[in-house]
Amino acid sequence: MQGAGATDKTAVWLGVNELIAAYADCIDEDRLEEWPDFFVEHCHYLITDRESHQAGLRHGIIYCASRGMLMDRVTSLRRVLMFEAHRYRHVVGAASIARTENGVAETRANFLAMRIMHDGEMQVFATGRYLDRIDVSSTPYRFIERLVVLDSQKIDTLLVIPL
Amino acid sequence: MSVQDMEFAEGASRRGVDWPSNGLSEVPFRLYTDPEQYRLEQERIFKGATWSYLCLAAEIPEPGDWVATTIGEVAIIVARGSDGAINAFVNRCAHRGNLLCLTRKGHDKEITCIYHGWSYDLAGQLTGVAFEKGVKRQGGMPPEFHKDDHHLQRLRVAELCGLVFGSFDDKVEDLETYLGAVVVGGMRRVLNRPAHIIGRSTQILPNNWKLYFENVKDTYHASILHSFLTTFRINRLSMPGGINIDDSGGNHFSYAKLDYAAEDADYKAAGLRSDTDLHLEDNSVVESVDEYGDQISVQILTVFPNMVLQQVRNTIAVRVIRPRGVDRTELDWVHLGFDDDDDAMTERRLRQGNLIGAAGYISMEDGCVGGFVQRALQYNDSGSGIVMMGGHDGESQKFRASEAAIRGFWKKYRALTGV
Repeated sequence: MQGAGATDKTAVWLGVNELIAAYADCIDEDRLEEWPDFFVEHCHYLITDRESHQAGLRHGIIYCASRGMLMDRVTSLRRVLMFEAHRYRHVVGAASIARTENGVAETRANFLAMRIMHDGEMQVFATGRYLDRIDVSSTPYRFIERLVVLDSQKIDTLLVIPL
Repeated sequence: MSVQDMEFAEGASRRGVDWPSNGLSEVPFRLYTDPEQYRLEQERIFKGATWSYLCLAAEIPEPGDWVATTIGEVAIIVARGSDGAINAFVNRCAHRGNLLCLTRKGHDKEITCIYHGWSYDLAGQLTGVAFEKGVKRQGGMPPEFHKDDHHLQRLRVAELCGLVFGSFDDKVEDLETYLGAVVVGGMRRVLNRPAHIIGRSTQILPNNWKLYFENVKDTYHASILHSFLTTFRINRLSMPGGINIDDSGGNHFSYAKLDYAAEDADYKAAGLRSDTDLHLEDNSVVESVDEYGDQISVQILTVFPNMVLQQVRNTIAVRVIRPRGVDRTELDWVHLGFDDDDDAMTERRLRQGNLIGAAGYISMEDGCVGGFVQRALQYNDSGSGIVMMGGHDGESQKFRASEAAIRGFWKKYRALTGV
C-alpha cells in the first residue's frame, strides 16, 4: 500500500511539473491562444506582489476570475492593444506540492522571466513564485487558481503577455 | 565676445529652457530632456508653492504610525503624533543628514537615527542626543547647544477627503484655495465616504514625469490611442462630458457620462459588440453600477504637481507621480474601496481593475506612449510640440476633444518656474 501511495504521489508530482513546464512553454513560444486551456472554467488568475499578498489584498495587476477573462486578455493583446512586440523566456524551478486533498494539489514554484524586446533589448522582467491550486482529479491537469506573486512591487510599464 | 561672456552665455543656455512665446499652446521639447530644467523643477515646483499628495490618512490611523514617501525626489516622513495630528518632515537627520526611516511604514514612539542615535518625537522635534554630556565627563555637546533649537525640516500639512497633502512653502495658499472650489467639489464627489486600500503597485514609466501628467490631462487621445475603449464601445468623445480647470490651471477634472441602463441592455442583447467581429467573452471587466447616482462613469482629477484621483466606472484609485530622473518616473497606484462595499461591489472593483494599472487595458498604453515620446526626443529635442486642440487657453470647456487641461498645466508650470 505504501508503495502504491508513493507511486501516486510521484505521478502527481510529475504531472504537476509537466503542467507548469507546458504552461511556460506555451507563453514563451507564443501559443497564447492555448493559454486559457491550462485553466478550469471557473478559475482565478492573479498577478500580485509579495507585499500585497502578505497583506491579504486581492487586487491584482491582472485579476481574472473566469476562463473567459483569460480569453479576453489574449484577444485584446492580439487584436486591440497598442504595444511594442516582445516575448518572454521563463525559467521555472521544480514545483513542490504542499498538500493534495480531494483531487486538488497546492503547489509552489519559483520563476524568473526575461523580457526580450523586438529589437533584441533584454532585461530581467520579473521574478517571483507561482502559488497554484491544481485539479489533479483527472487528466489533463488544470489550474483552478494561479497566483503569480512577484518579488518586487515595481513593474515595468508594459505587462501585456501573461506571466 | 569675451571668453567670460561666452562661458556665461553657455551657462545661461544650460540653465533651464526658454519658452518660444507667451502662449501655452507650443511646448518646447527640451523641457522633457534637460537635466538642468529637471533640477529647477525640484526646487521651484516640488519644493515650491505647491501642495503635494503624501498619503491617505487611513494609512496612519494611530498615534505613532508613520509612512515614508517622497515629494519629487525628496524623502519625506508622515507621522501621526501623540496628539493625533498628522505631521510631515524631511526624512533627514538634523545632525549629519542621514536618512532616518528606511522602510515604507512603521509604528514608533519616537524616531531615532541609526547613525549617532539622535532621536525625535513624532512632530520632528529633537528630544535626544546620544552622549550629550560626553563619556566620563569628557566630550559631549558644548553648553551653547540646546536640543530645543533643533528639529527636522517641517512641512505644512493639510487633509482633505482623507487625503494628506504637504508643502515646503510657508506662504502657499491653504489647500482648498489652491485646488479651487470646482476641483474640491470633484474630489468630494469621488471620496464621499470612508475608503480603504484594496491594492497597490508601482508602474515604472520610461519617460519624463511631465509627459505622464500631460497624458492624464489629455482628453483628446483617449478614444484614439485606447482602442480597447472604442473597440468595445466603452468610452467615446461623443459621450456628454467636459473639462473643469481651476484658475491657476494646474488642477482639473474631466468627466464623461454614460447611459448605464442603455449599455446594460446593449450587452444583454448582443454582448459587447463593436463594429468589428470582436467581442468580450466575459463582460464583467466593464459591468459597472452607477454608484454615485449621477451617471458619471469616468472622472479623472489632477492635483498639481503629483496626484491623480480617478474614477473609471467602479475603479477608484489615487495615482502618485514620482519623478526619478529626467527620463524616468515611478507611478504609484493606490486602489481604493469603500468601507460600505459589499462582496459584490468588491468583486466588481477587482474585475474592473483590469482596465487600469501596469497591465491595464487602458493604462498600459499610456505608459508605453510616454516612453515612445521620450525616445523620439533623445538628442533631437529642438522645436516645440503643439497643443492647440480646442484653442489656446487653459480654461474649462464643455467638450473633451480638447487639450485645454494640458495648457492649464503649462500655465501653472510657467508661473512657478519662470520659464
